[in-house]
Amino acid sequence: MPKSILTGVKVLEYSQMVAGPYCARLLADLGAEVVKIEKPGVGDMARSRSPFLHDNADPETSGLFLYLNANKLSITLDTQTEAGKAIFLKLVKECDILVIDQSPQAMQEQGLHYQALKQLNPGLIMTSITPFGQTGPYRDYKAYPLNVFHSGGEGYLTPGGMENMARPPLKAADYLGEYDSGLNAAVASLAALYWREATNEGQFIDISKQESVMAVNRVDMVRLAYDGAVINRAKQGVPYGGMLPCKDGEYTIFVTWEPVQWQRLVAFMGHPEWTDDEMFKEHGSRAKNGEMLNALLTEWLSEHTREELYHKGQAAGVPFGVVCNAKDLVNSDHFKARESFMEIEHPRTGAVKYPSTPYRFSGTPCKVTRPAPLLGEHNEEIYLKRLGYSSNELSRLKEAGII
Amino acid sequence: MKESRPLGALSGVRILDFTAHAAGPQATLLLAYMGAEVIKVESSLYLDTFRREAAEVLGSKRAGLSWFNPLNANKLGITLNLKTDAGIEIAKRLARISDVAVDNFRAGVMNKLGLGYPVLKEVKPDIIMVSSSSHGATGPESDYSGFAVTMGPLSGLSHLTGYPGGPPTILRHSMDLRAGTAAAFAILAALIHWRRTGEGQFIDLSQREALSCGAAESIMDYTMNSRIRSRNGNHDEKMAPHNCYRCQGEDKWISIAVSTDEEWQALCQSAGHPEWARQEKFRDQLSRWQNQDELDRLIERWTSSHTHYQVMEILQREGVAAMPSFSNEELFNNPHLRERETFVPVPHPEEGELVVLAPPWKLSRTPGQVHQAAPLLGQHTEYIFRELLGMSQNEIARLIEKKVIY
Repeated sequence: MPKSILTGVKVLEYSQMVAGPYCARLLADLGAEVVKIEKPGVGDMARSRSPFLHDNADPETSGLFLYLNANKLSITLDTQTEAGKAIFLKLVKECDILVIDQSPQAMQEQGLHYQALKQLNPGLIMTSITPFGQTGPYRDYKAYPLNVFHSGGEGYLTPGGMENMARPPLKAADYLGEYDSGLNAAVASLAALYWREATNEGQFIDISKQESVMAVNRVDMVRLAYDGAVINRAKQGVPYGGMLPCKDGEYTIFVTWEPVQWQRLVAFMGHPEWTDDEMFKEHGSRAKNGEMLNALLTEWLSEHTREELYHKGQAAGVPFGVVCNAKDLVNSDHFKARESFMEIEHPRTGAVKYPSTPYRFSGTPCKVTRPAPLLGEHNEEIYLKRLGYSSNELSRLKEAGII
Repeated sequence: MKESRPLGALSGVRILDFTAHAAGPQATLLLAYMGAEVIKVESSLYLDTFRREAAEVLGSKRAGLSWFNPLNANKLGITLNLKTDAGIEIAKRLARISDVAVDNFRAGVMNKLGLGYPVLKEVKPDIIMVSSSSHGATGPESDYSGFAVTMGPLSGLSHLTGYPGGPPTILRHSMDLRAGTAAAFAILAALIHWRRTGEGQFIDLSQREALSCGAAESIMDYTMNSRIRSRNGNHDEKMAPHNCYRCQGEDKWISIAVSTDEEWQALCQSAGHPEWARQEKFRDQLSRWQNQDELDRLIERWTSSHTHYQVMEILQREGVAAMPSFSNEELFNNPHLRERETFVPVPHPEEGELVVLAPPWKLSRTPGQVHQAAPLLGQHTEYIFRELLGMSQNEIARLIEKKVIY
């Protein structure tokens, strides 16, 4: 029986939507036990976001929520009440990692800051994820995923190769900056856990979502300090090649960064006469005449399907790609062979395919042992068995709206 | 290396780094930021493209360093010709004294070089090896090559990025760096297992899969409802206003997102347009969403007469989410990031000081430190070959002459 890496590690997740839950999901896949705290009645906001099974807005069938919360336990708790806060502190006392997305101001007001919590649990790793971090003038600013992505500088560079600068900068996908933040928080949490393995010392982790987005754009972010260049979405394209239309109204993508790749592309196209023109001889001249070159390339590409270009182009040594949509990914032979999607059985949705983990550990494979929890599904397990409340007490707490 | 620095969580861990370009270097950079000793193995035979081409593409040596330096700070650099038997033998000796080996070659290349997991495991039984390739080590497309520009489309992210009705769009360096961050996560997980049990392992990472996780909800929409989602600009499925609006100045924009009625009321009041709040067609979230085009025009008329910083301050004061779409210049000069010391100058042996990004986390106990610039080619030959491998000066000279250290 292969082991899990984080067996015995307890994570308390006091977070919602994407970033915090994604962080905890990544830890859960390594075998950590994640207890998710949700607000009584409504639960995680992600429960009210699409996609819903058959578009029926049932808070138990949001695909966003189901993906982000598989492998977790759910309890309900109103931490704003005195009794609720006391229960929260009990949970903090026995966890290893707390993933929390409250604003610095809210944490102060509720007395849930690290200085207070570490008195209860000196080995606590507290991972705080907020839009702009714990310090600095923006620390209590509000930001939804759209604002996070734009404040992190990647929106200004998107869409790449934009010619009409009258149109606004864009977000990428829907929650990309949130996934960045969750992954970044998970990386930092593992570093802290590694340190704790040897020393038993906990620590506080301050994750800024803005800086998480900047971190995956670090090359563009530092540019000003090197040569004063300001980069915008018009300057983010490729000088020739790139994303071009091909047969059947689809798009293909390829690059020829290396001279040899260009030569292979010429051979792949059957050496059309125009490729001998002086204008297209060198990388520099091709870049200068990029527009004309792309028109000629498109003429040839439009006679070929994207699949043909992808597979035959790769065989010819040219890095072609395909612009995949969700259907293309799920039906890809390659992804099927790698089992990139896994089926998870859930009481309300039945079996549905989910994205799997992108890393395959030879010794300690990631596992999904349970689907995303129903709201408060594990109240009894945690409150009765773990914290030792009686059934009567639990009923009283439920009636008071605390659980 | 011996001088005392703020503690890093990975102090004492040594990483043998065969990566180049961006995806691999991002992974080992994050670990180097945590205090791991990262030995970057390069060769003059096939220079890291970010070292070789950037100066040409960006127009000057200094500009070119903006690609290589921020991705390779804190690392040690040696050259080693892996096309020679002696070079491979030295690589194995380095593996013997390392805890982790990382590469981002096309799947199978390390095996062909004679440095595959079975070989490294033989010289160092508890080694952790991570191969991060475009498509992963298995499957019919495993030997396909990929670059950041092609990985955005292949992962499903490009399809979801663009104006409504417009073409899919190119995403660049960030595609590599996202995959690299996932690799760092996998390495840390394996290190924890190693610390707990003494066992190493092999990790096959597919960059394409790592990126497609960022499109999970669109994948779930397909697997649950057979729906193929497409591009929606800056719009949201529920919220309105939810867009990027033009402000005063050249190419200046503010992103505004409103979810609740309270936020909407606050926006109307602070924008000086209480009459918007009274309009029936903007009464609740659904009606705002249904009339968002009209709403967007009204809001843009207001934002156009202010700077984006003014709009940000006016709206944030009242609890409305509004942030500029920042350029690299604005971020570099931003007071919030200045206070958080997000940009760090590091001394560079040839260029004075060069700025890199600080770690994207602040760890209270083990903060680590950005203490040195990316290495010059072969800068740490002396330390690695003499101190770590115990070679004599003569031996090193001979290896240089034979183009093994090359």
